[in-house]
Amino acid sequence: MKTFLWVIVPYVSIVIFVGGHVWRYRYDKFGWTTRSSQLYESRLLRLGSPLFHYGILFALVGHVIGILVPQRATEAAGIGDPIYHVLAISLGGVSGFMTLSGLAILVYRRRTVGPVFSATTVNDKVMYVLLAGAIVLGLLATVFGNALAGGYDYRESVSPWFRSIFYLHPRADLMAHAPLVFQAHAISAWVLYAAWPFTRLVHLFSAPIGYLYRPYIIYRSRPQGLGARPIPRGWERADIRPRRQG
Amino acid sequence: MQVMAQVAMVMNLDKCIGCHTCSVTCKQAWTNRTGVEYVWFNNVETRPGQGYPRRYEDQERWRGGWELGRRGRLRLKAGGRVRKLLTIFSNPLMPNISDYYEPWTYDYENLMTAGPQQTTPVARPRSLLSGKDIRISWSSNWDDSLGGGPELTRQDPVLERVSEEVRLEFEKAFMFYLPRICEHCLNPSCAASCPSGAIYKRTEDGIVLVDQDRCRGWRMCVTGCPYKKVYFNHRTGKAEKCMFCYPRVEVGMPTVCAETCVGRLRYIGVVLYDPERVLGAASTPDPKDLYRAQREVFLDPYDPEVQGAAERAGIPPDWIEAAQASPVWSLIQRFEVALPLHPEYRTLPMVWYVPPLSPVVDVLRDTGHDAEDAGNLFGAIDALRIPIGYLAELFTAGDPGPVRGALQRLAAMRSYMRAVNLGDPPDPSIPAAVGMDERDVQDMYRLLALAKYDERYVIPAAHAEAGERLDELACTLDYEGGPGMGGWGPFGEGSGGVTPVAVETFHALKDRQRTGAFVDPADGRRRVNLLNWDGRGEAGELLPQDGDAEG
Ligand code: SF4
Ligand code: SF4
Repeated sequence: MKTFLWVIVPYVSIVIFVGGHVWRYRYDKFGWTTRSSQLYESRLLRLGSPLFHYGILFALVGHVIGILVPQRATEAAGIGDPIYHVLAISLGGVSGFMTLSGLAILVYRRRTVGPVFSATTVNDKVMYVLLAGAIVLGLLATVFGNALAGGYDYRESVSPWFRSIFYLHPRADLMAHAPLVFQAHAISAWVLYAAWPFTRLVHLFSAPIGYLYRPYIIYRSRPQGLGARPIPRGWERADIRPRRQG
Repeated sequence: MQVMAQVAMVMNLDKCIGCHTCSVTCKQAWTNRTGVEYVWFNNVETRPGQGYPRRYEDQERWRGGWELGRRGRLRLKAGGRVRKLLTIFSNPLMPNISDYYEPWTYDYENLMTAGPQQTTPVARPRSLLSGKDIRISWSSNWDDSLGGGPELTRQDPVLERVSEEVRLEFEKAFMFYLPRICEHCLNPSCAASCPSGAIYKRTEDGIVLVDQDRCRGWRMCVTGCPYKKVYFNHRTGKAEKCMFCYPRVEVGMPTVCAETCVGRLRYIGVVLYDPERVLGAASTPDPKDLYRAQREVFLDPYDPEVQGAAERAGIPPDWIEAAQASPVWSLIQRFEVALPLHPEYRTLPMVWYVPPLSPVVDVLRDTGHDAEDAGNLFGAIDALRIPIGYLAELFTAGDPGPVRGALQRLAAMRSYMRAVNLGDPPDPSIPAAVGMDERDVQDMYRLLALAKYDERYVIPAAHAEAGERLDELACTLDYEGGPGMGGWGPFGEGSGGVTPVAVETFHALKDRQRTGAFVDPADGRRRVNLLNWDGRGEAGELLPQDGDAEG
């Protein structure tokens, strides 16, 4: 059981996550979109969407610091244990709360605004459940597991375990003794990751950072073929332009 | 000097009768799908009027297009790159569906299934978005032909910019129709706004397209386009826009809107331009100079230097010839009667308009004057400040000069040609008064009034030496490994591949457009498709030809 939950599930999830994205990118570029519903309704979206997205990006940064960065590194940077905990709990709480309230507004909007509701697919609903589950459990872990219960130092169990997965030397025993709420949060996250490539969440990977650097106007040549089909082999266009010497 | 070619359009507004045929045929061809029910790549709006989407010209509200920064540098009016990324989760400047209109259908089912009842059963309007009953209160053309009265018309953003006096007078003054498609701008702000870089301008013909595989649905292009001609498909989550019917244009056919235009008022042709001058022209400090600046971006296809540079840039010879015969070039540069729509947006639009003289003519006629007398017309153009002021806000950022000039040339043509048609000696002083010679006026008359099919559309075919691949209407799913494969396998039905509809009927359609005769026993043999052959044009192989010696 231990091995299944803390070794097999993570690896399966990672494989599905990576492979799923590759597959989706190759075969469903057209379906790769945010599927924005702003056209239908923008008042609630304007409140909920930034709240949610900024909250979750914030939380992502928090996770990177808390889980990927080893304790030694933060201590070397002069952030001692007590300070770290206060920071983690307050920032984690704030971002979790932002995310959750944003999500609540968005779900409310989905349910009540007619056109948005009819544009919601089953896929979306499943995704919402998984996403909300992971977020709620994460927030619970922060609030109850960490803050109220007198401080649980996940950086001595959860974090090394998570990193050990990527060292290909998983240490399941570390996780087996973590509090239940942390365990639940971890599992819900793995399930979410496995579903990720098949939902609209793929739009995370199109975060358009390149926009900051590219020229404003893009010129592109007409594709070689005419119409919708690619040119079959042997039918490539001849280059009839007179070649210049020198 | 660099040379690029642009396929562009000019519309002669005098001839538009507001029949919406162009919109309907365009919709049938491209946007009769779910997700784009509310989308009209081509729409015809009544001016004065609010337009579609509602008040899209109010750039203080929508912030489309470009503006000059403090140090004279061109920047996106809606904010630069960083700001775009920060507001990506909810674009504050995107029109809502109610600014377009909520698309609807009618519950026709009820007409069939309603049981016996006292009152006649009705088909209620149903929203196509939510499926619920709706009250229809706006559409893409709610204020068509000034419908809805002055309250609606007064909210025209262009009207708000002209002076108070004009505003009070306009109802008596005039009305005309403005058909609009995407402008396929030389400096497209839609492309510049796209975070994913999915919108691009084609180097060969300047058509601006959205790469559906790269679009991620960020919606910034909708904001970026000041003409609001990029639309969001709410089903696929991708941006869509007018693509200048490129599958047709590539094989030398005009766009659907142009082909079907009842007034035959659209002209399509090639213009050569220098892409290196685009940024400079778009950054012209005074908006009133933008019209002139944009004309300076165009290159003269008769200039041997330009021809040489075009050839070096890989523009095929028949494109250069087409640029010389281009009706668009003639109307813009030779006759100077075509003007760009809202040059002040600084996108350098490439669909230009011949302003309507008819408001002036109507006033003259209604007041009992001779509306074809040159003196009367010139006088009226100067005196009627209302239409001129309004047209100038539309076409020249408020500068009445070019509008007045264009109308005067149209007026000169009108009265000069009257003499010709009545058999009177034509008066060469009329063209001279507007800086034209008699040849110019006659050529302009031929182009604008006779408007023959192959003079209106001078479209060189795209170059694919594999000629059999001109597959305008072939199945788009029929690519390698696509879902349409299999249907055309070597042993399945339609074995051996589809005969592209375009090839089969292209010449037949073309002949039909050009011929006045019923059957034109002309050259060559062609297959006739009896299903769509209506007796006009060539009969080709249908009729056996005497003494046909060739195989
Ligand atoms: S008019 Fe067309 S090319 Fe110009 S900005 Fe709008 S969508 Fe882009
Ligand atoms: S089809 Fe031609 S005449 Fe009719 S509305 Fe369109 S542009 Fe005007």
